[in-house]
Amino acid sequence: MTIKQLSIFLENKTGRINEVTKILGQHGINMHAFSMAETTDFGILRLIVSEVDKAVEVLREANFAVMLTDVVWITCPNVAGSLSHILDHLAEQHIFIEYMYAFAEGDQANVIIRPNDIDHCIQVLKECDCNIHNRI
Amino acid sequence: MIWNPYKECMSRDEMHALQSKRLQKLVTYVYHNVPFYRNKMQAMDLSPEDIHSIDDIVKLPFTTKQDLRDNYPYGLQAAPPSEIVRVHASSGTTGNPTIVGYTRKDLAVWSEVMTRALTAYGITRDDTFSVSYGYGLFTGGLGAHYGVENLGATVIPTSTGNTEKHIRLIRDLHITGIACTPSYALYLAETLEKMGLTKDDISLRVGAFGAEPWTENMRKEIEERLGLKGFNLYGLSEIMGPGVSYECEVQDGSHINEDHFYPEIIHPDTLVQLPHGQQGELVFTTLTKEGMPLLRYRTKDLCTLYDGQCACGRTSVRMGRIIGRSDDMLIIRGINVFPSQVESVILEMPEFEPQYMLVVDRVNNLDTLQVQVEVRRDFFGDDIGRMLNMKKTLADKLKSVLSISADVKLMEPGSIERSQGKGKHVIDKRKLV
Repeated sequence: MTIKQLSIFLENKTGRINEVTKILGQHGINMHAFSMAETTDFGILRLIVSEVDKAVEVLREANFAVMLTDVVWITCPNVAGSLSHILDHLAEQHIFIEYMYAFAEGDQANVIIRPNDIDHCIQVLKECDCNIHNRI
Repeated sequence: MIWNPYKECMSRDEMHALQSKRLQKLVTYVYHNVPFYRNKMQAMDLSPEDIHSIDDIVKLPFTTKQDLRDNYPYGLQAAPPSEIVRVHASSGTTGNPTIVGYTRKDLAVWSEVMTRALTAYGITRDDTFSVSYGYGLFTGGLGAHYGVENLGATVIPTSTGNTEKHIRLIRDLHITGIACTPSYALYLAETLEKMGLTKDDISLRVGAFGAEPWTENMRKEIEERLGLKGFNLYGLSEIMGPGVSYECEVQDGSHINEDHFYPEIIHPDTLVQLPHGQQGELVFTTLTKEGMPLLRYRTKDLCTLYDGQCACGRTSVRMGRIIGRSDDMLIIRGINVFPSQVESVILEMPEFEPQYMLVVDRVNNLDTLQVQVEVRRDFFGDDIGRMLNMKKTLADKLKSVLSISADVKLMEPGSIERSQGKGKHVIDKRKLV
């Protein structure tokens, strides 16, 4: 019930993200979602893409430090309070969220969650009003 | 003013005779007390009786920083431990610092040569003098301190740090002289201005600057902003500490205390002694040292020696500005840093590729050191906290080895330029010319 996220190490340097998106574009790989975590001198680009294995291969070829991370992808209704309801459940069960990112699309909101205990997280989510995706 | 006219203005013939006598005594002393030198001399089929005058110094073996490291900690010490009253240490490249032991007489000589320098700068017993070199294992603080006390001026042992408090002391105690690194002097000037004060609020008159290379432009800037006259003070812990040479009011090179430290210039590759006036590597022999006397110690500093009586009346040989190094040592905030020290730390940590770059710069008149390292692919993680920990661990280790803090920058694998043959590991952006 998890999906693979690409995590790419990037120096803070103008144009570095463009290089990632350019390579993916050239190889016809589509990005569904991404987020950027940054510190003063480096960042980690987290990506959900259409073809994970191919993306890893082409990025490593271009010398990027890429690794795969298991994350949970859920969709829930795009209405006020729906995410709060889910997060309440997770907190009650002592599930710690390392990071998450989200985007809304029409009636649905997509949320990517990286919890500390992924199996437990999925169990809890099953009891919530949301869909858990097992592939991209 | 001249503290010791007898020694500082000695005729060349007298100096030659004094140096010759002292060298003979020194060679006999180390031959019988330091196995390292005895073995070296025996291998060269040389005995103390072969030294008849100072000109025979070219027969003697050299000593290098590596020799000091190989004989860590006390291998080159000539005096028995009971005679050693103080130990200083300077940073080493492979974890072993250089240990220098001083006898009571060594400390007296050190005070004497520092006093000569201070007197040449115009300091008298009526002055109040702030020593802002670091106190501790570094020779700068205590070396200058004892010179000021020996002269009879009032010493304020401010050491380094807490610059605002320091400026208040300079103002309130009417401090007239200061010894510090030239970059710290500029930092003082900046802090003074930030505090809304000007050079007219303080009474600094003399600055003794050393422990790092500096330029005429820096001198002008420091003099203008602090309202003092800046003098060069040269020294190195292996030989003694600050006070090996000093500028006089004429400021045409630095007078070497050559009755104690005999200078030579050699070609750094052929090791042949060069005539005065030619540029090469500076070499010192400690003519009177008891604790850890050194024969022909290669400083790796590149400069030129000058003969001829100075307009100030001193007859001693003068050295020009240090124009560079014959090795890859960097002097950052007055501390010696070798790229190999950084390398040894990085090699110990499997998280990093054995690729690194030291970027040295001067920001707001303070030297900065950035160490760029590549994270190995296997150790790269999605967890930012872990990555920051990796960075902090390296920064902490570097700090303990280098004695100065470095800003660690994590780089992508493969992003540091690879070079063929001898690796390029340093980018020095400081403008010193």
